[in-house]
Amino acid sequence: MRVDLTVNGERRQAEDVWEGESLLYLLRERLGLPGAKNACEQGECGSCSVYLDGDVVCACLVAAGQAEGRDVVTVEGLADGDVLDPVQQAFLDAGAVQCGFCTPGLVVAVHDLLRRVPSPDDSTVREALAGNLCRCTGYEAVLDAVRRAAGQT
Amino acid sequence: MTTTTSDERTVSGGVGTDAARPDGILKVTGEFAYGSDLWADEMLWGVTLRSPHPSARIVSIDLGPALALPGVYAVLTADDVPGERRYGLEVDDQPVLATGVVRYQGEPVALVAAEHPETARRAAALIVVDYEVLQPVTDAIAALEPGAPVLHPEPTPVVERSREDAHLHPSGNLFRHLKIRKGEDHPVADVVVEGDYQVGMQDQAFLGPESGLAVPGEDGGVDLFVATQWLHVDQQQICRALALPPEKVRLTLAGVGGAFGGREDLSMHVHACLLALHTGKPVKMSYNREESFFGHVHRHPATMHYVHGFTRDGDLVFVRAQIWLDGGAYLSSSAAVVGNAGLMGIGPYVVPHVRMDCYGAYTNNPPCGAMRGFGAVQAAFAYESQMDKAAEVLGMDPVDLRCRNAMEEGSVAPTGQVLDSPAPVVELLRRLQTMPMPAVAPADGHDLRRLPGGVANSTHGEGVRRGVGYAVAYKNIGFSEGFDDYSTARVRLEVHDGEPVVTVHTAAAEVGQGLVTVQQQIARTELGVERVVVAPADTTVGSGGSSSASRQTYVTGGAVREACRLVRAELQARCGVESWDDVDWAQAEAALAGEYVEATTEWRHRPTEAVDPETGQGFAHVQYAFAAHRAVVDVDVELGLVKVVELACTQDVGHAVNPQAVAGQIHGGTAQGMGLALMEEVVVTDGIIRNPSFTDYLIPTILDMPPMQVDILELPDPHAPYGLRGVGEPPTISSGPAVLAAVRAATGLPLTRVPIRPEHICGTRS
Repeated sequence: MRVDLTVNGERRQAEDVWEGESLLYLLRERLGLPGAKNACEQGECGSCSVYLDGDVVCACLVAAGQAEGRDVVTVEGLADGDVLDPVQQAFLDAGAVQCGFCTPGLVVAVHDLLRRVPSPDDSTVREALAGNLCRCTGYEAVLDAVRRAAGQT
Repeated sequence: MTTTTSDERTVSGGVGTDAARPDGILKVTGEFAYGSDLWADEMLWGVTLRSPHPSARIVSIDLGPALALPGVYAVLTADDVPGERRYGLEVDDQPVLATGVVRYQGEPVALVAAEHPETARRAAALIVVDYEVLQPVTDAIAALEPGAPVLHPEPTPVVERSREDAHLHPSGNLFRHLKIRKGEDHPVADVVVEGDYQVGMQDQAFLGPESGLAVPGEDGGVDLFVATQWLHVDQQQICRALALPPEKVRLTLAGVGGAFGGREDLSMHVHACLLALHTGKPVKMSYNREESFFGHVHRHPATMHYVHGFTRDGDLVFVRAQIWLDGGAYLSSSAAVVGNAGLMGIGPYVVPHVRMDCYGAYTNNPPCGAMRGFGAVQAAFAYESQMDKAAEVLGMDPVDLRCRNAMEEGSVAPTGQVLDSPAPVVELLRRLQTMPMPAVAPADGHDLRRLPGGVANSTHGEGVRRGVGYAVAYKNIGFSEGFDDYSTARVRLEVHDGEPVVTVHTAAAEVGQGLVTVQQQIARTELGVERVVVAPADTTVGSGGSSSASRQTYVTGGAVREACRLVRAELQARCGVESWDDVDWAQAEAALAGEYVEATTEWRHRPTEAVDPETGQGFAHVQYAFAAHRAVVDVDVELGLVKVVELACTQDVGHAVNPQAVAGQIHGGTAQGMGLALMEEVVVTDGIIRNPSFTDYLIPTILDMPPMQVDILELPDPHAPYGLRGVGEPPTISSGPAVLAAVRAATGLPLTRVPIRPEHICGTRS
């Protein structure tokens, strides 16, 4: 099948999509956007978090066909040219990036959180990010990054 | 002529600073290329068919239905392996693809390459394998009994064996018995404390799955881009399997999404190369999460029996210990893990009389091998539990008892090795005690998020008890027991338009820990050049050794420092000046006349030696590193739910090359130790993994992790570059025992097994 959608503000089209493919596969393997990550592909780790019509979803749990005609924003769409989004900059400043495999999903999730709750307390941050697994940082620096980003946005 | 002094040449981002990661921007923008992100024109996807049985004989394999599926390019079995059919880190005991028998559930049997991953998966499902199912050996102690089925009938030529081993199992499943015999055979103590302990199987659970891309070369060779921990040891094993020389098996490090020991062994490496060479097309393989649980080794489950003897005043007289580690079906690095568990197995204490027996056994369980802490983790649960138990019997404070028996610089380890650099066990523990304690959760239960069970609303404070526990541990840094542990670095300096640029090239794997940053920092400090490029890690430069054993900053860092100093000397000579301070960049550019200065060097830490097989005595370790934790927990004793309220850590890092990265290692290592104490276990029943997913194998989330206090000591090790000490593993060792101690304190239960399950606390399990 063919899928038409908007990704990071651009109209995109993919041909010969197998019906069983996920939005994650579509983005990574057909549209050249590997930023959303494939850590579990079962909706447990949040590393494939993207915006779908403004809501954060696990791209692995969305069928490619469900994205037809819809608006997707991935981690690749957050920076303004060479200027990083404040959330991205905060992750770097806080040392919240180690292997980085969870980082795109966390950046999207934090971006979404701060849009909804500009100054979250730590308990709110923990609750909001409970669906994003990180194996390297123990989350201390991630919390610090959110505090820093909240101060900037 | 102007003279640039060293002061003027001081640049930012050197050793001791929070220098930024060179890969950071790529990682936050999603542009960093991990193994699973790679892509090539006309690329095929490879998948693996794995054994569903832990022990079986392969009667026949029918590839016909798979080959008939449109879109399939190749279906391969062991018969298609051109070289050695077995590989391994220490001995070649693991089949590239199963031949005749399978020895664990998940053992690779056949490979498929197809144009779409789903086609490849469906083709693999069409392969018909007729198995004669056998009774698996699933208990490490039973595996050593006479009459147990032998997994590998041929002798295992791995480690010099002790004479006593013949009594255990003449030709059987024992692959190593580490012995320590120190002091008297039958020492007498006033107070004797005995305990049995168990540790479950832990998974590294790195987030980036095993993945890579193999591209066939025009010369009949192959280029493999792969996420790994040690390119050169991979290359050696791949070469043997493919029957190709090293120049035809070229490896480049792909982006690595975490490792923690789980990428020391080969996974898809040879498989992707076989498919690529067979089809003449690039082949990508990327495991999904379920396959990842079968695709790498795990942390060894352990059964431990400890007996501690003390004087009435609390001085340690003796420790007698037995440890059994389940190595699973293939050796991997398990012999070294057995060595470590035994050699580190008494803990950072001075003990006059030691009798340690640590056994490693083959079983039909999943293969186990390296994971952060490497044997020291399991033993620490036992010896720290014993210290708490002894403190209770002696009527002493558990921290006081530890401090009374603590190692210090000059102490003699159970191996006879004298600790010849700081060993601040007492200071680490005492500092923990002075850290402020977290507030008690308000009893009104208004904020469920602070209570065990969280928003599940399982308590408002009733039945919740607080506990505090301490633990201290130590770990050998670098490869031990006489291993030739070295790293290679190539450093190039060139000057263009008055600006110097340095390129650092090693094969050492950046796995997330920040090694690329450390390499830049060292080059900046040594050469006074801010612009330092780290070239991609590959096999066109000599081995960088493994990104394991907390060794890379020490060993590859040492190699980079040495190469920089050679470059300095060469540039001084080219400029005709006596002192590095007399080199200025304009003069250097003129002297080089468009050329560059380059130095390549192999650097070794001071040698270690194998321990005596009968006594365990010897200078086995180049360096020890120490960490301690205090855990504060709230436990709902009625439901068995644990909320970790706070974890505090003190660790001596010698010299913090990058303090922010050091803190990150301590935070992350602490989380993995806590995970093992409370939730992480690969549940294996009759050789079958019951929970190969992130739905059922739980790792700590941000809700599970408490706030952490970290206090970093910097007591230089005079033998190490910059005085640094390896950082990555120690916090993983002490955090779990501290959590276990805190839960014991909260519940009053003995709790001798980790991970602790709710039923262990509320007594609903017989």
